[in-house]
Amino acid sequence: MVKELRVTPIRNGTVIDHIPPGMGLKILSILMHDDPAGRTMTLAMNVSSARQGKKDVLKVEDLELTPEQVGKIALLAPEGTINIIRDSNVVKKEKVVLPDRVVGIVRCGNPNCITNQREPVEPEFVVVSRSPPRLRCLYCERELEDIIGNIL
Amino acid sequence: MFKGRDIISIKDLSLDDINVILDYARRMVPAARGEENLPLLSGRLMGRLFFEPSTRTKLSFDTAMKRLGGGAIGFSDTSSTSVKKGETLADTIRMAEAYSDCLVIRHYNEGAARLAARFSSKPVINAGDGAGQHPTQTLLDLFTIREEKGRIDGNHVVLAGDLKYGRTVHSLAHGLALYDVEVSLVSPRGLEMPGEIVGTLKEKGIGVREMNSLEEAVADADVLYVTRIQAERFPDPEEYRKVAGSYRVDLNLLDHARDGMIIMHPLPRVDEIAPEVDTHPSAKYFVQAFNGVPVRMALLDLVIRGGDLDG
Ligand SMILES: Nc1ncnc2c1ncn2[C@@H]1O[C@H](COP(=O)(O)OP(=O)(O)OP(=O)(O)O)[C@@H](O)[C@H]1O
Ligand SMILES: [Mg+2]
Ligand SMILES: [Zn+2]
Repeated sequence: MVKELRVTPIRNGTVIDHIPPGMGLKILSILMHDDPAGRTMTLAMNVSSARQGKKDVLKVEDLELTPEQVGKIALLAPEGTINIIRDSNVVKKEKVVLPDRVVGIVRCGNPNCITNQREPVEPEFVVVSRSPPRLRCLYCERELEDIIGNIL
Repeated sequence: MFKGRDIISIKDLSLDDINVILDYARRMVPAARGEENLPLLSGRLMGRLFFEPSTRTKLSFDTAMKRLGGGAIGFSDTSSTSVKKGETLADTIRMAEAYSDCLVIRHYNEGAARLAARFSSKPVINAGDGAGQHPTQTLLDLFTIREEKGRIDGNHVVLAGDLKYGRTVHSLAHGLALYDVEVSLVSPRGLEMPGEIVGTLKEKGIGVREMNSLEEAVADADVLYVTRIQAERFPDPEEYRKVAGSYRVDLNLLDHARDGMIIMHPLPRVDEIAPEVDTHPSAKYFVQAFNGVPVRMALLDLVIRGGDLDG
C-alpha cells in the first residue's frame, strides 16, 4: 500500500498513529526531549487517512513508551493509536487512554496555584473530558486553558 | 462519618453532608451564645495557620474552639514564622499537625488547603485559599438562610454585586445548586457570574435569571445576598461611582421588596448597604456573622470527634 511507503519501515519500535495534523511535531519534541539515547524517529505529517482526513504518524525505532509518555500523547492525540512493532510486524495495537487523573505531566496554568510554588507535590488534574481533553486542577480547581503550552 | 475528614471545598460535600452540618450547628447555638456549657473539645487543640491575615474568620474559629472547651495555637500572619525563611507549606504542615488535633488554614495560594490535607493526618479545614474556596463561609450562609427562612428549598435568592471575582458568591452558588431554589443574578456589566457556574446551576435544574436592576430583583426575592463592588475593578472612577450608586441597598429599595425578604452580606461592607438599613428587620448580616461561630463549632466537633453529643 502507498501509505506504507511514506515512511521507512522499522524492524522494532513503536508507531504512533492517528495523531491530529500538526501535533506530531509536538509529540516528537517531547519524545526527543526525554531520549538521551538519540533514537531514530521519523515523522510523517499530513498523511491522508480514511478515518481522519489528514493525520500525522510518528515512528520511533527501538523504543517502547513509558506510561508517562503515553499520558502526554493522550493529551495531544486523544484518538491516537500506539502500535508495537517487532520483527517488522504489528504485534500489539492500543488506543491511547487518558487516565482519570493526570499527574506530573502538565503544570497548572494558574500562577497563584500552590502547585506552582516550591512545594513537594506534582501537579495533578482531574480529567473532565477525554476528547477533546479537559483538565481541572485538583488543587486550585481551575480548568487548564492551555494544555499543550503547559506540558512539562 | 465526619471524624478525620477534611473540609476543603463546598464541592466535596453532598447535600446530606451539608444538612448534617447545619443540623449540628443549630444544636451549637446556645453554647455559641454562652448560654450553655458544652465542653465537647476540652483538652483538644486547633492548629490555626493563617498565612494571610483575616480578623473575622480567625476570631470566629478561635471563639468556636473555645466555646467547646478547646484551645487554639498557631499564627495569624507569617511575619514571625519560618515561612519567611523559605520553609515550604508541606513542612510547616508536617510540623503543626503533630501539635494539634485539627488544622485550620488560610493561605494566599489557591489549592493550599488541599495540599495541606495531603501532608496532614489530622483533619484540615480550609479557611480561605487565595481566590479559591472558603467553604465555612458558604456553610454559614446556607445556615443563615435556613434559620431565617425556615428552610433553604423554595426560596428565591438574589445574588447581587461583583459576581465575577467574588469567591463567596461562587461557592454559595455551588451550595445552592444542591437545593430546590430559584436564583437571580444582578451585577454590573463586566462583573457577571462566570458562565461555568451559571451552567452548573442550570444543569442542576435551577431556574436562573439575570436581571439589570436591584428593584426588579427584590420584588419577589426571599433572600438578597449583597457583595462588595471594588473600585479597582473600574478603570474610570466616575464609572465606579455610578455603578456603586445603583447597587446600593437602602430603605428606598426595601420599599420595593417582598415582605420577609432577608438581606445578607459576607462583610466587611463599605457603601453597598446604607447604615439606615441596619435596624430594619430584613437586615441579617450581623446575625450571619454570628452564625459563623455555631457553624464552625459544629465542623470542629464533627471532624475532631465525629460529632457525637453523647460520647
Ligand atoms: N514495520 C513497520 N514499520 C513502520 N511502520 C509500520 C510497520 N508496520 C506497520 N506500520 C505502521 O503502523 C500503523 C499501524 O499499522 P496497521 O497495519 O495495523 O494499519 P491499520 O490496519 O491501518 O491500523 P489502524 O486500524 O490502527 O489504522 C500504520 O500507520 C502502518 O503504516
Ligand atoms: Mg489505518
Ligand atoms: Zn492549580
